Amino acid sequence: MDLDKSIVGLKGEVFVVDVEKRHVRQFAEAIGDSNPLYVDEDYSASSPYGGLITPLTYPIALASEGKSLPLQLDERRMLHGEQEFIYHRPVRPGDQLYCQMKVADLYEREGRSGMMQFLVLDTEMKDKEGEMVVISRMNIVYRPLAK
Amino acid sequence: MLAVAGLKVGQEFEALTKPPVTKVQLVKYAGASGDYNPLHTDDEFARKIGMDGVIAHGMLIMGFLGEYVMQLAGTTAEVAQFRMRFGGMTKPGDEIKCSAVVEDVYEEKGQSFVVLALKAAKSGEEIVGSGQAVLRFH
Repeated sequence: MDLDKSIVGLKGEVFVVDVEKRHVRQFAEAIGDSNPLYVDEDYSASSPYGGLITPLTYPIALASEGKSLPLQLDERRMLHGEQEFIYHRPVRPGDQLYCQMKVADLYEREGRSGMMQFLVLDTEMKDKEGEMVVISRMNIVYRPLAK
Repeated sequence: MLAVAGLKVGQEFEALTKPPVTKVQLVKYAGASGDYNPLHTDDEFARKIGMDGVIAHGMLIMGFLGEYVMQLAGTTAEVAQFRMRFGGMTKPGDEIKCSAVVEDVYEEKGQSFVVLALKAAKSGEEIVGSGQAVLRFH
């Protein structure tokens, strides 16, 4: 069954995540990214950032803690085609982020194996005051199953 | 590190070549990112679904590009947008080279921006991902 346009706007439950220094360090280490802005308090404090920040792709590790959408998706048909991060300000250790996933868009395009659907899932991350910090946008190709 | 003065469309930067991807790295990335899909850590599982063995998380490769973008940005610019389209697969042993070229330079509301076109390629020049970053100068 193909997805229906009516799912656009569907939202998951809000979940709260704490950005922890140790987790950020482990994430940077796994990538092999030794940028001192993520781990060196003195260096980052004296930079224009005024304190520690996190690697650009770090929000993906927060989004993975999220609740799923009230939506039946067939994982076998899903392919993570594109990823985007839209930053309003850097994510910092010590941040407490209020996250919510929502279906931002659904569109169709003719592909090699017939009509393919593209699903855009946004995880919005806001601070305690409700100010947007970052949006993690996932573009998913929803493929027809091979017969 | 980038400087706003003198940036020209088409300008290229020194590439970043990462050490070869290792299986241990994939396990570490799985743990740190929370992506436990066994396709990235379990050879037996990967073979069962028709692969030669495990492949890297696409997001790890995006992490390499993110490292590169932050190296270029240094402390002179902040990243406003960063995206990547996933292409070919990366396997343990593959060496990923990140490169960038200036796509656009512009000013908006008194602030200077640069748009970088990004590429992650394997040693054989095969593209595993392409992307874009928008940087705002401090």
